[in-house]
Amino acid sequence: MVTQVTSFSRNGLSDFIVQRATAYILAAYTVFLVGYLLIQGEMVYADWQMLFSHTWMQIFTMLALVSTCAHAWIGMWTIGTDYIREHYFGQSANGYRLIYQVICILTLASYLFWGVKILWGN
Amino acid sequence: MQVSVYRYDPDKDAAPYMQDFDIELPAGKDLMVLDLLALLKERDETVSYRRSCREGVCGSDGVSMNGKNGLACITPVSEVAKGGKLTIKPLPGLPVIRDLVVDMEQFYAQYRKIEPYLINNEVPPTRERLQSPAEREKLDGLYECILCACCSTACPSFWWNPDKFIGPAGLLQAYRFLADSRDTATEERLANLDDPFSVFRCRGIMNCVNVCPKGLNPTRAIGHIRNMLLKRAV
Amino acid sequence: MGELPTLEFDAIIIGGGGAGMRAALQLAESGRKTAVISKVFPTRSHTVSAQGGITCAIASDDPNDDWRWHMYDTIKGSDYIGDQDAIQYMCSVGPQAVYELDHMGLPFSRNDNGRIYQRPFGGQSKNFGKGGQAARTCAAADRTGHALLHALYQGNTKAGSVFLSEWFAVDLVKNAHGAVVGVIAMCMETGEVNYIKAQATVLATGGAGRIYQSTTNALMCTGDGAAMALRADLALQDMEMWQFHPTGIAGAGTLVTEGCRGEGGYLINKDGERFMERYAPTAKDLAGRDVVARSMILEILAGRGGGEDGDHVFLKLDHLGEEILHSRLPGIVELAKTFAHVDPVKEPIPVVPTCHYMMGGIPTNIHGQAITRNAKGEDEIVNGLYSVGEAACVSVHGANRLGGNSLLDLVVFGRSAGLHITDALNQGMDSGVASSSDIEAATQRLSRWNESTTGESVAGLKRELQSCMQLNFGVFRTEANMQAGMKTLSELRERINQAVLTDKSQAFNTARLEALELDNLLEVAEATAISAEARKESRGAHARDDFQVRDDENWLCHSLYDPVTKTLGKRDVNRAPGLLQTDKDLPEGVFEPKERVY
Repeated sequence: MVTQVTSFSRNGLSDFIVQRATAYILAAYTVFLVGYLLIQGEMVYADWQMLFSHTWMQIFTMLALVSTCAHAWIGMWTIGTDYIREHYFGQSANGYRLIYQVICILTLASYLFWGVKILWGN
Repeated sequence: MQVSVYRYDPDKDAAPYMQDFDIELPAGKDLMVLDLLALLKERDETVSYRRSCREGVCGSDGVSMNGKNGLACITPVSEVAKGGKLTIKPLPGLPVIRDLVVDMEQFYAQYRKIEPYLINNEVPPTRERLQSPAEREKLDGLYECILCACCSTACPSFWWNPDKFIGPAGLLQAYRFLADSRDTATEERLANLDDPFSVFRCRGIMNCVNVCPKGLNPTRAIGHIRNMLLKRAV
Repeated sequence: MGELPTLEFDAIIIGGGGAGMRAALQLAESGRKTAVISKVFPTRSHTVSAQGGITCAIASDDPNDDWRWHMYDTIKGSDYIGDQDAIQYMCSVGPQAVYELDHMGLPFSRNDNGRIYQRPFGGQSKNFGKGGQAARTCAAADRTGHALLHALYQGNTKAGSVFLSEWFAVDLVKNAHGAVVGVIAMCMETGEVNYIKAQATVLATGGAGRIYQSTTNALMCTGDGAAMALRADLALQDMEMWQFHPTGIAGAGTLVTEGCRGEGGYLINKDGERFMERYAPTAKDLAGRDVVARSMILEILAGRGGGEDGDHVFLKLDHLGEEILHSRLPGIVELAKTFAHVDPVKEPIPVVPTCHYMMGGIPTNIHGQAITRNAKGEDEIVNGLYSVGEAACVSVHGANRLGGNSLLDLVVFGRSAGLHITDALNQGMDSGVASSSDIEAATQRLSRWNESTTGESVAGLKRELQSCMQLNFGVFRTEANMQAGMKTLSELRERINQAVLTDKSQAFNTARLEALELDNLLEVAEATAISAEARKESRGAHARDDFQVRDDENWLCHSLYDPVTKTLGKRDVNRAPGLLQTDKDLPEGVFEPKERVY
């Protein structure tokens, strides 16, 4: 039994909406990048730098990055509350889930900070 | 025909085991799985299972037959047996009391949680509350549920969180009352379903639809509830 | 058995079907400590199998409908041994009870104006039989019983009723003053036996169709309440009156609602002839159930039955069209495909009269209070004991029940018993206490099975009993057969008393349950046999070859089976309902016995 819920929103509907909305953003970003690659053909470092020098691209990427974090967090949280339960892990399931969640959060936060650094660093 | 049955008597057995029976099927008759169980019970009266109406309306004899949940009384042996073999187990995901008898309290508790009764605090008229045929039609495919638990016990989300996810059967009934034009507690009902588990643990796996012996579609009902929650939020 | 654990309630209801749960609902609202003891989870009770509907003059189909017309039909249907005060009560209170069900959420089918849909059923008329066929049966498609039972369970959930689900009642506890002061019951899950003490005990245990081999009844319809009453030396009334439903699926026994004929279906023989036109020229397929069932048997006996053995006739529905079948009779389409392997949209369903309903039972008044005979031969209330529903004989069905009247019986009398018990408890009802020997007596048969070591098996004995009843106490009865049947039953009694229960385990022991049920089947079968043999006439569902006509001079009365002497007595029918004194518009002699033609 999951006795510690530890969701940020504590609301299924907002999780549901966030997950769908971020999915649209990620889909759009993926479609754009793939399309761009197909049109441009082979790309070298300069082409990449050129693309990411546009403010709109920086914002778009930032949006995709935040979406990844939100989307992944909701998904990973769900997986954790599905599988890390007393049924398999006994009394310490809540502890294990907390560790798992902290790892998820740290990973996602690293992605985010690293991404920000790449986009706007120097 | 070889029938393999899940056996467990808490007073006697340290762990459950499968027991094989060789059963001669009467010729020229397509028995239901329940008839087969009755034959087994005549041979060994300790074999325990629930049954009553033997026509698929009381919902007592939900069991897992060759891995698929269904009602023993309306499932022909010929339909589920593979290569002359049939394995009968209790419904998965609920504690076993004995043999094919499971403890359904968790399932009933989820049903009770959705307030499975009409709520209308207005003073009732001296006659029936009027309801148009179109309004009544919205209850078709919902009220026919027999609470056999075949759907909920086929649902992985219910296996993972049986105490928090209402499960397909309970949600089908939740929508049955949300859809009833005579019920006035829509807001209260939706507010009770808003958490991350009750409704939103449905992943659209659709095992429920696949096994429902009454041909009902809980996934669709859950979709309707989600839409109502969305509409309520915007 | 040593000292038993005791649970104490103000009132207990044994049976979680329509009648029991309607009574429970009333009691839950009283604030008294009450509980429903049910051997299955309540929504699994046999009420769930009722299909066609609940008959009641709510004047939806016909705005001029009148409950007194319903009363007339019911009295005529009962072949004049239904108690007219009880029938008046049921038909007049009925509409209120049905509206309460709607308010509780029962999903009735609807007419265009938003009112409850009503369909024609057998034996229904307008204007005291003179205005043609009525449509008076309120329906939720062909799943009315299911819808009703679930609505009642839902209502009880809302009211906070206490359920002891999967508890089996073994026997009534009766004290030295003849009062019933609770019941011995066994928790199926643990096997624990308890004395459940109560001021009021309500038997709402339903019918006993399983005394017959072929029945529409659920496997658990074993007459537990009727048998408990018999073992408590209480008399049963009209036990010879068993309804054979015309349309059970041949072979399987599953019910096909009379609503099929109400919607326009009809019976045909192997030549495709609509034979009911010959037997009941006016009402045809919608004559009383007893009349239709007998006509079908006569057709089969005349060699006009279908199938390899010529042992059934057919119910034709295809002409109604796929749309009507799927909207009005969806459950029947399903059942026919599953159990008869025919699609009623295309082919007729093979059907045969099948045991369906016990008109007899525990005699009660309209408040559900059980009645017995005192030493002077007068009616006397049994303190502490009530009975409602099919287990009871109040009697609104007399010798033949009309379709749709059983669901009405359940809710009306479940409700009235609940009201009466609430009142009685509020006035300090005290049924007394039980001594330890009273309690011991009620555990005797359980001990008998638990201590058995050798003997015949339960399953085989049950089969023999059922086949004996089927053969000798069916639609048509003859003296020779009944005598033979009675002899077989008394031999079976000896053998059942020596039978063995090999599984002595505690947890969910269904073998023990079936053994205890076999005792009950035997009690009810014997009461049926002795009552049937002794009623020397033909009336309603009781048809004898040697006494083919109704004998109002000697038998316009209830029969009363005394389990102590195993003999049949008589009890007067109430033929003076209050209505006759107060209602000046009532046609002269309208409820007097007449020849019953449809």
